[in-house]
Amino acid sequence: MAQVKESVPKNETTKQMTLIQAINDGMRLLLEEDNRTIILGEDIGKNGGVFRATEGLQEAFGDSRVVDTPLSEAGIIGTSIGLAVNGFRPIAEIQFLGFIYPAYEQIMTHVSRIRMRSMSRFSVPMVIRAPYGAGIRAPEIHSDSIEILFTHMPGIKVVCPSNPYDAKGLLIAAMEDPDPVLVLEPMKNYRAKREEVPVGKYSVEIGKGKKVSEGTDVTLIAWGAMISIAEKAAELAQKKGISCEIIDLRTLYPIDRDIIAGSVQKTTRAVIIHEAHYTGGLGNDIVSIINDTSFLYLRAPIERVTGFDVPVPFFALEEHYLPTPARVVEGIEKVVHF
Amino acid sequence: MEHNYPIKRIIDDQGFIVDKSFEKQIDEQLVQELFYHMLRIRTFDRKAINLQRQGRLGTYAPFEGQEAAQVGSSLALNAEDWVFPTYRDHGATITFGKSMARTFLYWNGRVEGCVAPPDRNIFPPAVPIATQLPHATGAAWAEKIKGTKNIAIAYFGDGATSEGDFHEGLNFASVLKVPVVFFNQNNGYAISVPMEKQMNSKTIAQKSVAYGIPGIRIDGNDCFAVYFETKKAVENARDGNGPTLIEAVTWRKGAHTTADDPSKYRPEKQGENFVDPLTRLEMFMKNYGYWNEEWIQVTKEKTTSEVEAAVEEMEKFPPPNVEDVFNHVFAEMPAQLAEQKDTYLAHLGRQ
Repeated sequence: MAQVKESVPKNETTKQMTLIQAINDGMRLLLEEDNRTIILGEDIGKNGGVFRATEGLQEAFGDSRVVDTPLSEAGIIGTSIGLAVNGFRPIAEIQFLGFIYPAYEQIMTHVSRIRMRSMSRFSVPMVIRAPYGAGIRAPEIHSDSIEILFTHMPGIKVVCPSNPYDAKGLLIAAMEDPDPVLVLEPMKNYRAKREEVPVGKYSVEIGKGKKVSEGTDVTLIAWGAMISIAEKAAELAQKKGISCEIIDLRTLYPIDRDIIAGSVQKTTRAVIIHEAHYTGGLGNDIVSIINDTSFLYLRAPIERVTGFDVPVPFFALEEHYLPTPARVVEGIEKVVHF
Repeated sequence: MEHNYPIKRIIDDQGFIVDKSFEKQIDEQLVQELFYHMLRIRTFDRKAINLQRQGRLGTYAPFEGQEAAQVGSSLALNAEDWVFPTYRDHGATITFGKSMARTFLYWNGRVEGCVAPPDRNIFPPAVPIATQLPHATGAAWAEKIKGTKNIAIAYFGDGATSEGDFHEGLNFASVLKVPVVFFNQNNGYAISVPMEKQMNSKTIAQKSVAYGIPGIRIDGNDCFAVYFETKKAVENARDGNGPTLIEAVTWRKGAHTTADDPSKYRPEKQGENFVDPLTRLEMFMKNYGYWNEEWIQVTKEKTTSEVEAAVEEMEKFPPPNVEDVFNHVFAEMPAQLAEQKDTYLAHLGRQ
């Protein structure tokens, strides 16, 4: 499998970091360089966050910039709106994406549409960070993967890094964006691997996917925690003589249609992998994009390997909910041998 | 609990001073300012209802009966303060500096109606109930960090106190001790549901106890009580003493909106005892020698012509721009949205 590495600027100092350390490093940098940055959330101060994303930040920057809030998701997002329209750049942490529902109204009716409702008189340049996804044996409700509730919402961008480099780069890009950005962090990948991450400032462009590996027979399209599943599936498929190309979407809105079309037109087949539920999942939008851009190139119907139309099960059964490399391989074989 | 929160009044229903604590601060300038603004928004409000009936305006939410609450509280603010209104608080926002023509536009389905003048921080009216309270807390928090003396005010009704965002906004504000005033207009009804079905507590002011902040209950139809008590809360916030919850007891004289019929749910005689706030001010002015026929005449003509000019401005406003369906969703339009826009404009071009 040929690896396509995104180049890290030369003479740039790098450091080994996990995904969660890269997020922490990005936030430290954002706090350092702009005193309008304010981080707020539950247990993010002294405790450093339940996943330690904000570890050491309150100590370094004080409790007025790294703020332990009341247990109040709508309050966190609602006050972030007030801060953002009044000159600050909040990073709001929602402890788990599955806890974002009380804040959904604030995001849907205000965060995403205050620019439109005020004809750009007001805007809310803010970042909402939320760990998402199953596979870490977390208690129930902690494991939801509901990106579609936000990609369907006009006025907010959604990014989902799969690795440390992209996590820091997308976080910084999200903070530089003039509009609200939801950063979905795959908690399964928080400490899955370490890689070299620049210690300085860089950004990963929002709206651009990345080719993770080059292949010729089928395109695997995934994001977040599903990238490693795609990679394992590609390895298994290779043993069967099937060459997979893997696309990491990285941004879920606005989606990179060009990278999808370019790859599918080359391989002529596609398997979409997501851990969110099947019906109404983002996979459907990707099928539409392929339909719109590449219909006549296809040699097989597009396959989707996803979570089922059930609430994410309690963790004793979560492995049966999540797409596995074996399920993905079946999907790959289905399209290759159509 | 109720006896801890007596309704504060400065003038009674006949316009006589019953509380002399602010007597020295009442002068002709203040009286005339209150009268002018209350008459002005009353004229606006009645005009809007007429325009709606004539098909010249969309569904409209009237505020008649609440003029003292809206004008008194708004005049207690500085131009640099932040205002977070609901859809029934345009009396307050117009008094604070929002254009009447823009306000008419809002009720005519025009997004331009949400746009406040550049020198006034007025948020677009909150439609989802109580969602604006955390915004006011956040904006006030920002002022506190910046070290200014500016404050934020959130307007909301009795029904809003049942929402989670009411609690979250007040709780955050009290924990962070930010300069915000929560100005409640208890007008008796949330659409059709009366207060006693909305909450078991007899007052809204008492809810302040839960947050460890001051709560006061005032006669919302007494423009002086509203003005001076709001000013006190505002000054308290400016001085760094945190939020106050004000319950202004008032009365929604009309319907919830022009699409609503209160005779279906409101007993006919209910509200009869509420003396109209403008009538009360008029009685006060006559009682204390502020009534000047000539000035009154000039003011009536002035407010009428201002409202007429606003109607004209609204009706002469350029037609809506189709591109605004797509513009202002993002600072920079994503490619797929730009494509949707171009495709639709091309479609329109072919029609």
